Amino acid sequence: MSLRAAAKAYPALLRAGFAAAVAYRAEFVIWMFSTNMPLIMLALWAAVARSGPVGAYTQRGFAAYYLCTLLVRVVTGSWVVWEMTMEIRQGDLALRLLRPIHPLLAYSAENLAAVPMRGVVAVPVLAILMWVARADLGHDPFLWLLLAPALFGTWLLTFLVMALIGTLALYLESATSLFEAWLGVSAVLSGYLVPLDLFPQAVQRIALVLPFRFLLSFPVELMLGKPTRLHALELLGAQWLYVAAALVATNLVWRAGLRRYAAYGG
Amino acid sequence: MRRVLAILSAQLRASAALALQYRLDFLVEGALAVLWMAVALIPVLVVFGTREVVAGWTFPEMLLVLGWFVALKGFLEGAVSPSLTSVIEHVRKGTLDFVLLKPADAQLLVSVARLEPWRVVDLVGAGVIFAYAFRKLGRTPTAGEVAAAFAMLLAALLVLYSIAILVVSIAFFAVRVDNLLYLFQSVFDVARWPSTIFRGALAVVFTYVLPLALMTTYPALALLGRLRPATAAGALCATLAFAAFARLTWKLSIRRYTSASS
Repeated sequence: MSLRAAAKAYPALLRAGFAAAVAYRAEFVIWMFSTNMPLIMLALWAAVARSGPVGAYTQRGFAAYYLCTLLVRVVTGSWVVWEMTMEIRQGDLALRLLRPIHPLLAYSAENLAAVPMRGVVAVPVLAILMWVARADLGHDPFLWLLLAPALFGTWLLTFLVMALIGTLALYLESATSLFEAWLGVSAVLSGYLVPLDLFPQAVQRIALVLPFRFLLSFPVELMLGKPTRLHALELLGAQWLYVAAALVATNLVWRAGLRRYAAYGG
Repeated sequence: MRRVLAILSAQLRASAALALQYRLDFLVEGALAVLWMAVALIPVLVVFGTREVVAGWTFPEMLLVLGWFVALKGFLEGAVSPSLTSVIEHVRKGTLDFVLLKPADAQLLVSVARLEPWRVVDLVGAGVIFAYAFRKLGRTPTAGEVAAAFAMLLAALLVLYSIAILVVSIAFFAVRVDNLLYLFQSVFDVARWPSTIFRGALAVVFTYVLPLALMTTYPALALLGRLRPATAAGALCATLAFAAFARLTWKLSIRRYTSASS
């Protein structure tokens, strides 16, 4: 299949994906509401900061951090790993393979098309963020400009990691367990539970170079105006290097795995 | 009552046999349970790296709350959720007929339909957390305190189960809510902190409306010997009333069930 045919089909796939997201809107919104860990962590840190700031964070600083975290997580979420492992197990992948478009492209369209629906939750969160902690957000317009490619990179990296682990279901029976383990480690090292700069130095040094940071903490840091302009550009470059690496890895694993695929049922 | 126990033990044996078929899964799930326990502990470690006391709780005291949280989460995800998720599926497909036809109470049957024995790892983990916390505290709880904690735990389990039954009852009215139970599971994460963490409206919600914070706080206070008998008695009465309400709601909703098949 040529790249041109794919480019032509993609808008139609996006429209279909959006229609599906609208059709299951109630379920979709409930899924997003279940992303509430940042608020639970905020409750704890707000209680801690009652007796004075922790590191660089006041009570309002924590509110800014965790609301940004929630916002990034809601906007850049994907679900492709669950869908892929299910479809590989049940044999539904065979149907996708018959279509004249790469299944991973089709998955990406479905997940990308749901992003506007995510606004239903994201816009109120953004409003609360602006109302509660506006003063703690970054002031540099350059960093806010970088936020667009950073958020897209975050979405892409999240999607590709999910697609990579989902593809591993072609080899492993317990690909979902592997993803659960990834989620657990990621929760700690991506800044989802605790801001990375509150960890001990040794942990920080490791966390800052691993890919987890670019799945969440990096865009949040931009929103809070933490890095300098130069450093932010370097980080953006690093993020997109990880995206490229994930893309190559997913492609390799997919190609090799497909040879092993024997459609069960279907 | 004997019948109830017979059904329960039969289902337990079936679940155990099913789980033993997938021995590798047992290991994998066990390892994951340990990982998630570590994930739950890390924020608390970071917090107490900066403070001695948070909202009136010291580190070992907070560990007691977390221990109860780990145990209750294991119960929720190992015993309550898997079974009740299948009820929603039954309602959607119309296969609840087969459950209703059986000569036993439907609520009992659906509540023990699927158990995941490997979540026992969570209980072991909770035990380790308790042992460590009491070593740090430098005391052992008296028999009375343990008994009180146990009573509070049973109350918490009953409330947890009743909330799940209420959520499932919604499936009879609105079919497309497969994931409401999942939403509740994620909201339950609130219970990892003691109730004094929450202020204002949240404190009211998590104490009176959805008593999640109390489920772990009261058993922990009981172990510390700080729970007043009057509070404990009040909590027990409220629990029984709530369980009765859930049972009534289930009875009413099941009457709305019209088989979806054929």
